[in-house]
Amino acid sequence: MRRLPVLVTLIWVCSVFYVGIFLFVGGFLLVRLEVNRTSTCADVLSPGAQVKGDFCLSEPRFRRAVVLIIDALKADFTRYDPENTAPKPFENKLPVLDEMASLHPSHARLYTFRADPPTTTMQRIKGFTTGSLPTFIDVGNNFASNAILEDNLVHQLGQVGKRVVFMGDDTWVSLFPKKFHRSLPFPSFNVKDLHTVDNGILQNIYPTMEGDDWDVLIAHFLGVDHCGHRFGPDHPAMAEKLSQMDGVIRSVIKRLKNDTLLVVMGDHGMTDTGDHGGESQKETDAALFLYSSSPLFPAPGSQVEPEVVPQTDLVPTLALLLGVPIPYSSVGQVLLPLFPQNGSRGAPTGLSQAEALWINVKQVNRFLETYSNMAKDIPPDSLSQLRSDFSNISSQYLAAVHKGHLPSPKLVVSMQNYLTAVRETCRASWARFNPFKMAAGLLILGVACVLCYVLSELSQVVIQEGLLKLPILSGLGVGLVLAAGQLFSQGYLELSWCIGAAALSSEVLFLWRSGGVSPKGRWSPSSLLTPALLVLFLRCASLLSDSYVIYEGNVVTFLLFTLSIYVPLRLNWDGLLVPLPPPDTQKPPRLLPTVLPSSVVRRQATILLVWLGVLVGSLYLSLSFHNCREEQGTCQPSPFLSPLSRVQNSQLRNLHYVLSVGSLALWGYLLHRWLRHYGNLNCTSLTVFSACFLVPLACVCMGLHWAVSATPEDTFRNLSELIGLAQVFLPRTTFCLLALGLLLLWVDPMTVFLKSRTPLNSRGTSLPPPKYRASTGISPQAELHHLIPQLYQRIRHSLEDGGTESGETDSRPAVEAYGLGTVYSAPLVLLCGLLGLVLLLLHPEGMALAFLLLLLEAGAMLHIYACSSNLSSLHKHSNDFSVPWAPVVSWSLAAAQFFHATGHLPTFPSIQWGAAFVGFPQGHTGTALPASLVTLNTFSSHIIFAVGCPLLLFWPLVCEVRGTRSTRSAGAEESEDAVMEMRLRESPLKFSSGLLQLAARYLFVNGAQVFASVCAAAILRRHLMVWKVFAPKLMFEASGFIVGSMFVILGVAMVMRVDVSVGGLFKKLLPQNSR
Amino acid sequence: MAFVLEGVRLYKLQLGTLLYWFFHLTSIMWDVEIRGMASAHAIIASSIFMATVMPAVFVENFSVYGTHMVWLYCVAGSVAVVNIAVFWLLGISPPTKKHTVSYKINRLFRSCLYFILSCLFFHTVVVLYGAPLLESALETFSLAVLLSTLTTLRCLCILGPNVQAWIRVFSRDGAMSVWDTSLQITTGCSVIGAWLGAFPIPLDWDRPWQVWPISCTLGATTGFLTGLLAAPVWIHWHRKQLTYKLK
Repeated sequence: MRRLPVLVTLIWVCSVFYVGIFLFVGGFLLVRLEVNRTSTCADVLSPGAQVKGDFCLSEPRFRRAVVLIIDALKADFTRYDPENTAPKPFENKLPVLDEMASLHPSHARLYTFRADPPTTTMQRIKGFTTGSLPTFIDVGNNFASNAILEDNLVHQLGQVGKRVVFMGDDTWVSLFPKKFHRSLPFPSFNVKDLHTVDNGILQNIYPTMEGDDWDVLIAHFLGVDHCGHRFGPDHPAMAEKLSQMDGVIRSVIKRLKNDTLLVVMGDHGMTDTGDHGGESQKETDAALFLYSSSPLFPAPGSQVEPEVVPQTDLVPTLALLLGVPIPYSSVGQVLLPLFPQNGSRGAPTGLSQAEALWINVKQVNRFLETYSNMAKDIPPDSLSQLRSDFSNISSQYLAAVHKGHLPSPKLVVSMQNYLTAVRETCRASWARFNPFKMAAGLLILGVACVLCYVLSELSQVVIQEGLLKLPILSGLGVGLVLAAGQLFSQGYLELSWCIGAAALSSEVLFLWRSGGVSPKGRWSPSSLLTPALLVLFLRCASLLSDSYVIYEGNVVTFLLFTLSIYVPLRLNWDGLLVPLPPPDTQKPPRLLPTVLPSSVVRRQATILLVWLGVLVGSLYLSLSFHNCREEQGTCQPSPFLSPLSRVQNSQLRNLHYVLSVGSLALWGYLLHRWLRHYGNLNCTSLTVFSACFLVPLACVCMGLHWAVSATPEDTFRNLSELIGLAQVFLPRTTFCLLALGLLLLWVDPMTVFLKSRTPLNSRGTSLPPPKYRASTGISPQAELHHLIPQLYQRIRHSLEDGGTESGETDSRPAVEAYGLGTVYSAPLVLLCGLLGLVLLLLHPEGMALAFLLLLLEAGAMLHIYACSSNLSSLHKHSNDFSVPWAPVVSWSLAAAQFFHATGHLPTFPSIQWGAAFVGFPQGHTGTALPASLVTLNTFSSHIIFAVGCPLLLFWPLVCEVRGTRSTRSAGAEESEDAVMEMRLRESPLKFSSGLLQLAARYLFVNGAQVFASVCAAAILRRHLMVWKVFAPKLMFEASGFIVGSMFVILGVAMVMRVDVSVGGLFKKLLPQNSR
Repeated sequence: MAFVLEGVRLYKLQLGTLLYWFFHLTSIMWDVEIRGMASAHAIIASSIFMATVMPAVFVENFSVYGTHMVWLYCVAGSVAVVNIAVFWLLGISPPTKKHTVSYKINRLFRSCLYFILSCLFFHTVVVLYGAPLLESALETFSLAVLLSTLTTLRCLCILGPNVQAWIRVFSRDGAMSVWDTSLQITTGCSVIGAWLGAFPIPLDWDRPWQVWPISCTLGATTGFLTGLLAAPVWIHWHRKQLTYKLK
């Protein structure tokens, strides 16, 4: 078979898709430029306005500040309701905040503190130190390091000589390298660790506060967040953690001096399951508590106070209270209640409201001017409106100051409105798209889909005639020429346009050339109107509606169910499902040349219906493993999704454990059983070793690992070291075993057992009909069913095809080969099984059941397809290995279905971060390993189905009914011969074109879904739900496609690898036999 | 009440015209069959219309959405009664081989059994399609009853309680009369209508007809009506191509 053209074609098609995705995403995701200027003390107030001179020299309101950041301190946690007699674990556990706010209203306030999405800790730290708004993906000039280059509060504090002491979450140290006077970072990545960070802070915070070498103390507690991630808010551990925080706040308050401000804040909230990252109100609403021993606030009721404080507002407020310049790119607004309303002049309490606002307005205006010079994001009309607003405010304020009386309250309000308007303008304009790139990406993706379709129709021609060389080379040429032209004319390179042009030109050239060779009259639109493609169309259309995306799991299951019950209905419509009535004796039997015996039809139909039952059953059961989006109102996430250690009822935990281990064992058993059934376990190759020993061993390790990780921490205190060790080594051992298995599979994929026999008579004389030779000890089932006794003839055939001299092949000894019939599919099945175990290890334990369902469903789909092709093979006289659309579409839909049925959702908060800690409970040093683990976890179903895709080609051959094909193709002497996959070697060209067609169809089905979600994002880019539904869906669909297509190529490469080995085997046999 | 009488008179009138057509225009057999079928379909369709309009007289606050179950059972009941009556009057059902009473009772019993089994079958399929398992099981079962009435009952009327004949009818060359072809069309349309009816359920429009199972029952009924309308037209259009094997 032609290996290289197939692989090159597939890689080319995939890279064209990647280019399209890259271009579109580059134009679609928001971009905000970072302004690298910093504020200085001198530039805060323009000369002439005030006589204060250098801002930093004047006496600030507070000399010191203590900032306690309690990660994920949700607004609900801080409310205190004395009438709640049965509080949940997270309710009424922080009474100190409410107590202080109600007892000392002029000293303390408690606000709801609203974060901007994305509500992840690092983005939030960035947000409330720089005062800017985050974009969807923060595009800065520093991809290499995490350090914040924008002007920020920590930098400003350091600039004026304040000593900033930091302790807690080590993210800060990477964000602000060398900015702290003293820092005590503690590792933050291990979500399971509730206490290290907090205890580390508690050991150091009181001595530090009592000492005198600090001005600003920042302490970032992580326990509450980790507790939420690990147990969820509704867990006794949360009550414990919050009570501990209550104690911390009380003791910090006791130690506060009069010149010190206390800020207690949460950086974000959490959902009911303890996760965060999205933009629901539960995630964005944190708490902000401000306290000072000296009076700070006006009497309650004397002023209108904000209900909700945006997170950006903390930056200017803290800056002005501590007497440092507001960071350059902050768009926040000072919190007015913290500033005296009037009569600041001469008073030592610092700035008045109007002064603070004026400073703030000037700073924001300066940022706006700078930013609009750098980037053309902000629409000119709103910019000019803002400018005129500012000049109004400025002239009014200066006039008021000049006359010497206070600015009017109206001016204060208009300054506030100006600040809010700037903030909203920035927010809107940082949601700006690059329409050219988006259009180019759409075009390339659309043409790539068409190309995939054409490729699948013309696979044979493409392989035979080598249509590809010119398009690929010319594409590369166009890209290079464009790059050179850009370099010469502009002096710099816009890479995205170059690769875009390259991809598009090669696509168009290929389509043009294939239009020349395609047989005329084959392109009819009715060929697109098959039900399978109709279902695919419905699936793609469903991606354009947010409701259908929200219920995507159910939608996909619905469509898959429809497609699978369509199969028997269609067969019945064609009259193939039930045996034909006994032929009329009157009519000549001219209709059908050969008829399947009715017993065979009945048997195949029964098998089909049984497997349909399995498929439908696993589809239905898989619905119970779904996770819930926040948009789905009354939805309960599957109980199997939470790790066993979270299940509190020990009986339930044991039940879950037994179920998981049972399905794990069944997974291994089914794998072993299948291989044994087809006689692939008889030889002594490395692969068989891995199937027989590595898989069970890995299963045992996984079972032990689950048992260890399910034990509650406090039950075996004296064994905790051993448990820790086991948690590291058991999963790592499993990984190693499975990786070894995969390696062995690649090195030696042959699972054929050869057995020499005494020479038979030569070919010319009456060849005795091939008989199975019963040999004891070797898989009796294999002999009964699928043994291939006639390797002799097959070898000869394939060698004749290969053009070898066949003159002296007469007196060869015959060879029996076991497992040759499934020589291609056995390594692939084993590969899927091994990969499935690796991926299962990355999931919560309960997902073992879902993985078992996945295996059953994949098997059912393969068998249904095989049976239906057996039943309908009568009508197809073509001997090419072409997989129709229906199985390919359902295969791809099943991948999407099990994405949901393994507890995943196309939303960022639902990513199962726990996968990064399997085998690495202490966390990682780099980011590549955890990222790849999480990717593997997220797209596990895409991976398994993509690797298993070539099985669709093999399965009808594996399950072929003896005598169906050969009776019509060859003579009667071979009629009882089950050649199974050896048929593929008989016509290597058709094999490779069939494989290419299958892969192209699979890529088309997946690519069409990517194209649909890209269209959804492009068309609905101003939709209310775009950042909540469509953009995450696009990201997941695109990444799923990228991962899936890579594994399709891997699967095809595996088939090629087996083909090489089979070729080697035959070559080895021939000289032995012929000489 | 007068309205009811009016309706009954309408029935009689239409039945009269049907019988007139059926028995007096025997010159072109083929057209007669098609016309007979068209009139039978018209009667069934008008019975659905009546079942939608009539209960307003008897039931307070009757509306298709509000008292959906009442409407559903009215439609199912009237379709069942009219179907049985029409097919019995027309004598479409296959001739029974034996004429003993016990055999007829046996047939009747088996028909009832098949009907109930088909209700259970549809219920299972609908649940597998994603309908809630326990809550609103009554609604789901009512949908199954309606679907059975629209599909299985017609099979029973036309083919008798003979599952093999049913399987045979739903194949390409399985139809042996215009009635079989119309059965194919109406059954397919009803099932596809119910399937399409499930589409709007997840949408967030908050309309009364998105409540389970209203959209599906409406879809099934609409599909059935479409099938009733389409079958004569389609058969008339393709009457040259349709060749039925003689029984």
